[in-house]
Parts: sequence; C-alpha cells; structure tokens
Amino acid sequence: MRRIISATVLNESGVLNRLTGLLTKRQFNIENITVGHTEDPAVSKVTLTVWVEDDRKAEQLVKQLHKQINILKVRDLTNMALVSRELALIKVLTTPDTRSEIKMLIEPFRATVLDVSLENVTLEVTGDSEKVDALIELLRPYGIKEISRTGITAIPRGTQKKILELHPYSIM
Amino acid sequence: MKASWVAEQKTVESSLVSGAELFIQGLLNENVDVVFGYPGGAVLPIYDALYKAEMKHVLTRHEQGAIHAAQGYARVTGKPGVVLATSGPGATNLVTGIADAMIDSIPLVIFTGQVATKVIGTDAFQEADIVGITMPITKHNYQVQKAEDLPRIMKEAFHIANTGRKGPVLIDIPKDIAVNHAPLKEAADIHLPGYQPTLKPNILQVKRLNEALQMAKKPVLLTGAGVLAAKAEEELLAFAEYYQIPVAQTLLGLGGFPADHPLCYGMAGMHGTYAANMALYDCDLLIGVGARFDDRLTGNLEHFAKKAVVAHIDIDPAEIGKNVPTEIPIVGCAKETLKALNQTCGEKGKSSEWVIQLSKYRSELPLTYKSNDKELKPQKLMEILHEVTKGAAVVSTDVGQHQMWAAQYYTFSTSNRWITSGGLGTMGFGFPAAIGAKVGRPDLSVIAVVGDGGFQMTLQELGVLQDWELPVIVVIVNNKSLGMVRQWQEIFYEKRYSHSLLDIQPDFVKLAAAYGIEGKRAENEAEVREALAAALASKKPFVLDCAVSADENVYPMIAPGKGLHEMIGVRG
Ligand SMILES: Cc1ncc(C[n+]2csc(CCOP(=O)(O)OP(=O)(O)O)c2C)c(N)n1
Ligand SMILES: [Mg+2]
Repeated sequence: MRRIISATVLNESGVLNRLTGLLTKRQFNIENITVGHTEDPAVSKVTLTVWVEDDRKAEQLVKQLHKQINILKVRDLTNMALVSRELALIKVLTTPDTRSEIKMLIEPFRATVLDVSLENVTLEVTGDSEKVDALIELLRPYGIKEISRTGITAIPRGTQKKILELHPYSIM
Repeated sequence: MKASWVAEQKTVESSLVSGAELFIQGLLNENVDVVFGYPGGAVLPIYDALYKAEMKHVLTRHEQGAIHAAQGYARVTGKPGVVLATSGPGATNLVTGIADAMIDSIPLVIFTGQVATKVIGTDAFQEADIVGITMPITKHNYQVQKAEDLPRIMKEAFHIANTGRKGPVLIDIPKDIAVNHAPLKEAADIHLPGYQPTLKPNILQVKRLNEALQMAKKPVLLTGAGVLAAKAEEELLAFAEYYQIPVAQTLLGLGGFPADHPLCYGMAGMHGTYAANMALYDCDLLIGVGARFDDRLTGNLEHFAKKAVVAHIDIDPAEIGKNVPTEIPIVGCAKETLKALNQTCGEKGKSSEWVIQLSKYRSELPLTYKSNDKELKPQKLMEILHEVTKGAAVVSTDVGQHQMWAAQYYTFSTSNRWITSGGLGTMGFGFPAAIGAKVGRPDLSVIAVVGDGGFQMTLQELGVLQDWELPVIVVIVNNKSLGMVRQWQEIFYEKRYSHSLLDIQPDFVKLAAAYGIEGKRAENEAEVREALAAALASKKPFVLDCAVSADENVYPMIAPGKGLHEMIGVRG
C-alpha cells in the first residue's frame, strides 16, 4: 500500500542523506520525496511517499525514522484527513491546429500556460496526484515532450475525525 | 565546573585555545581515562595535545584492534570506549568495529581525523567520506565545522552513545579545526529535541503484563544484553523469583541472570539448550527483556512462541514488533520497567508443572559431548577454564565454534564478564576486545578464547600485550580449521571442505616468543590445567595453543529454516 509520511527534521547537513540512506538500508522504496523549509528556519519538512507491504513494515519505517537524532517528528499521514498537492510542468507538442484545443482542454484543470514556442507549449498544473495524472493522460495523444513533477507535499486538515486519529502502532 | 586541564597549563593571558586542546578538555569533562588509537597526519595536532596532557593512550597495532579494544573496555566498565584514528585509511579500518558496536549496542565515541576543511571534497591525500560511510552504522555522527562547536558536540556524543539504546557515535575532526582557536568554555546543557529516550514504562502496559502473568501457566523470560546495559540484574532476579518464571538467555545476555540459579535454563537459539528452546517454543507468555529476537535466536519465525502472548520490554521502540508480533509492548529501560513490575506485583508465583517439566528437560537433556582419553575436547577445555578461574574471569571470544562452546560451557554467574561479537559475528574481535577489558578491569583475570583462524586476523595486537605487559591469557582453541565453516560444510554440503581447513599454521608458541611473550602448546587436559595455573599465577601475558579434536561439531543445533523445537544433536 502507498503511505504518505511526513518528517520534521533539523536543517543540518546530511540529514536528507541520513533519511534516504535509512530507507535504502531497510529496503523501502521511495516513490517521491519533497523537502522544504518550514515556519522555523532551523527546521525542514520532508514528505515521503513510499510503498510498503503491510502495517508492520509501515510501523517499522516510522519508528526507524523517529530514532534518528536529527529527525524531530514523524507522522504517517496515510489514514488522516489531509490536503496533498503536487505540481507538474508539462511540455506538449503543438501545431497551429491543436494549440487552441489544448487551451480549452486544460481549463477545467486550472492549468496555466507558462511558455509558448512554435512547436510546443509548457503548462503548469497543481493538484492532487490523480488530477495531475488525469491531465497528463488527456495530453498524451498530442505528444508529450517532457514532464517534471515535484512529488507530493501534504498537511493534515485542521479538523480530524476521531476514528481516523487511531494510532495503529504498538508504542502508543 | 570541572577542573580545567587546559587552563592550568596556560597562564590565562588569552582564553582562546586550540581545537585539540578543547578535545582534551572534552575528554576530561567526560572522565575518560583511556583512549585506544593510532596516529597519522590528520590527527597530528590532536596527538600533540594528548602528549602534553599525558592522557593514557593505548597504541594498538591496527585501528581495528583499537576499536575492538574499546568495545571490550565498554563491555566490562559500562563506560563508553574512546577511539582515535587518522583520516582516510585510519578511519576506514574502523568500519568493521563500528558496525559491530552498532548491532550489539556498545557505547563508543570515535574520533577520526579529516583533511582540512578547505580541501574536503577534492580527493585530497587520505581523504575519505567517513561520515557518509558510517552513517548507517553509527547511532549518530558529526563532522566538526568550527572549533568552538567541539565542546558541545563532544558532550552530545557521549550522552547519545551511553543513553537510550547505546551505540557508537563518530566525530570527524578536520585538521584545521584541531589547530584553530576558540574560547575555552564549558558546553551549555544538552539540547537534543529529536532524542528523548523513554526510560519509564507506561504504567498501563505494566499492569497488563502483571495481569497476563496471573493468567499464564507457562511463562518464560527471555533476557538479553539490555539487562546488562541497564544494570537491571537485581531487579530481574527479584522479578523471576517472585513469579517463579523460568529464564532463557540470549548469547549476548549471558551473565545477566546467574547460570547456577534454579530458574536459569541457559542460552536459547541456534546452539542453545534443549530446555531453553523448548521453553520458548511451548510457553504461553513470553516476556522479552532487552533482547531483539534476531534470527539466530528465533529460528524459523513460523514456529516461534506460537502459543504465547508476547510481551516485549525494550528501550528501543523500533525493536518492538519488528520481528515478532507483540501483544504487550513496553517501551522503557529494563531496570525501570522491572522495578515498576516488581512494585505492582500480583500474586506470588508457585512452583508449577511448567517449571518441573523444564527442569526435567534440563537434567535429562543437558548439553553434552562424547569424551575419550585420546583427544582434548573443546567443550572440556571450556569446563577446565571455568574450573581454573573459578568462573570469575572475563571471557572474551572470537567467532566460530569455540565461541559457542565458551557460551555453552563456561557458564557465567556474574554479569559483565562475557564479551563476544553477537550480531555481526566479527572474526578478529576476541583478542583485542580482551585487551580493552584488561585495561578497563585490571583487577580481573581476562581470557581471550580464540579460534586458530580468527586469532590470525588480529594477532598483531600481541604487540600491545608486550608493550603494556598486560596479563591477558590467550587460549587458542586449535582445531586446525575454520571450524564453524567446516561444520556447515560437513552437514549441509556433503563434506566438501572448500577452503576451510587450516593445515598450514604458524607455530603460535614461537610467534608469542617473537613478541617476548611466554607460550605453550597443550595436547591434553593435564597440560591445559598446568599451563593455565602457571599463567594465572605468573600475572604475565600468556599464549596457550590447545590442540583440540579437529572434527568436533557444536550441538545441539537448529538448522536454517527450522523451528526451535527441531533441534538436532540434542543427545550429543
Ligand atoms: C571477518 C569474518 N570473516 C568470515 C567469517 C565467517 N566465519 C564464521 S566462523 C568462521 C570460522 C572461524 O574459524 P576459527 O577462528 O578457527 O574458529 P572455530 O570455528 O574453528 O572455532 C568463519 C570463517 C566471519 N564470521 N568473520
Ligand atoms: Mg578453528
């Protein structure tokens, strides 16, 4: 199953290396990872999407991450109500015929055109991964030249349903 | 505030001192009494400061020797072992010992030199990315960026190494940092928001375990090195006795519970006793204390403690539920948790059917071997060692058959006398670890029990025995083979002894003599007894090369993939 894990880390050299090294050592496969500053300049937030076999493995992952001295907090967001977003830049081939068609097509996705040349246009789209995937599929027939995706970043919603807060882990 | 050595040395006209001097002061603040190390270019400023400070330093003959010695020192003293090596090859020579200390939770603080900050990343002479290399095998590591950070980093490193689940911490010091000047100040209080080990157990879980004990008919305690690390021997004894719980021990946990106690059923696992393994197989309540259920202990997990409610007490939450599903998880240090358990005591346990059954196994199917008049049996050798040292020596082993025989037949009734490489199984560990143990506890007899193979991996440390006149007794269990490999080839590879027979050997007695150390070859029990008695009395280093039967195997044994109840060779 896919897990979205968020880790708050001290903004020190090597911390990302430590985190990804740990995942490699324990044979976790990272699907994507995003890193950025937080409200506190000494602290960064890492959002990881990983595939794990079962709950036991997921629990191991969280616990092992938590053991790192410069990782302050680890949360498995998978079962929480959350908002998650991903940004993608997509370069699509165009002809004079298709250019306006593509403009129409991307409108419901609230994608914007960042760059236009004679042969192609570059689009920006933000949303959850499903939305990004859907747009890419729609554009595929026109010929996609290049895609650059940021990976997911996420944050739990302000209000959580009680049951969803149930922590499955044995440490609690 | 601790007395400042550096300040005493200086007429305090300026309060700036070098990084190397801060290093010395940091060691003194942590009451470090010995450093195990090896010099080189990148640590010359540090060695110069060591010289001036007259800090005790044991110069081993290889960096691997230094780190294993520090491990042996840590095992017997409970204090972190301190290691110092130069950059590049000096640092990489430590890697095996670091991994060994990590997997066996041995507290070490390791200092490596590094090339100067301005050339880091340029493939400078003797540059190695030791922080990157050791990231997965240290509890934490640092590279010092400014001399003024050194006091804080050292204080943190000693704290991290020796608290929570203990382990190795490495500090990489670029050469210019050791030379640069910074104020001589004591570090502020430790502030590590990401590191808060849980010591006190959750009282609800403690209650649940006490309740489970009331229900259980077949409880068993599995005790590991966590008991020793937490110094929880007394609490464990009180707990086991109060509820009358049989005790099985892990390889690394030996000594945490007295071997001669009626509730002690010995070591469990691949070469464990029948009683201990059957206790784990058959129990209805398994209480793991500071043990991590590794595969050499559990055998095939499909059959491990299948009828039991599992309770697991461990200071490292990540160990709980890692290998064995756990109904009663208790995160906490063994001492605090057993104390809490002893305070919330339920009804006192009585001698049960279960205890009677296990005791029957113990007396009817004890560890056994076949002796004859012609050969010196390695198992007998361990029994003689116990007898001659009255079971009170520190025994440090290497890895292989002799290690298992020592674990089975030396039997420890006191804690912190047993040093062995459990998790990593590092050949070459035993002898240097014995050196460190003797440095840490000069009052105890220290015996290195090594194989003829493994001894040859680190025997250059005979130089240290000679240098310090350290009365370590090296007992070579000489079966003229890489015995454990040979045993597996005999059993699982139809006796195809691929590269495991050591017919060509050095003359170990002459080798000792080359280092000015007395040695003897023993071929039978009488010769062993005589030589050992003489060696113990002489209070000098000694090498005893014991010719043991070459085709002896370690039994009982659980073959790979089998469960604890599927032991072979139970009857010898
Ligand atoms: C550094 C290292 N290399 C290889 C091994 C694999 N190994 C395990 S036991 C063993 C044989 C050890 O032979 P010896 O030291 O003579 O001890 P014995 O088993 O004969 O008692 C070997 C090669 C190891 N544990 N460590
Ligand atoms: Mg051998």
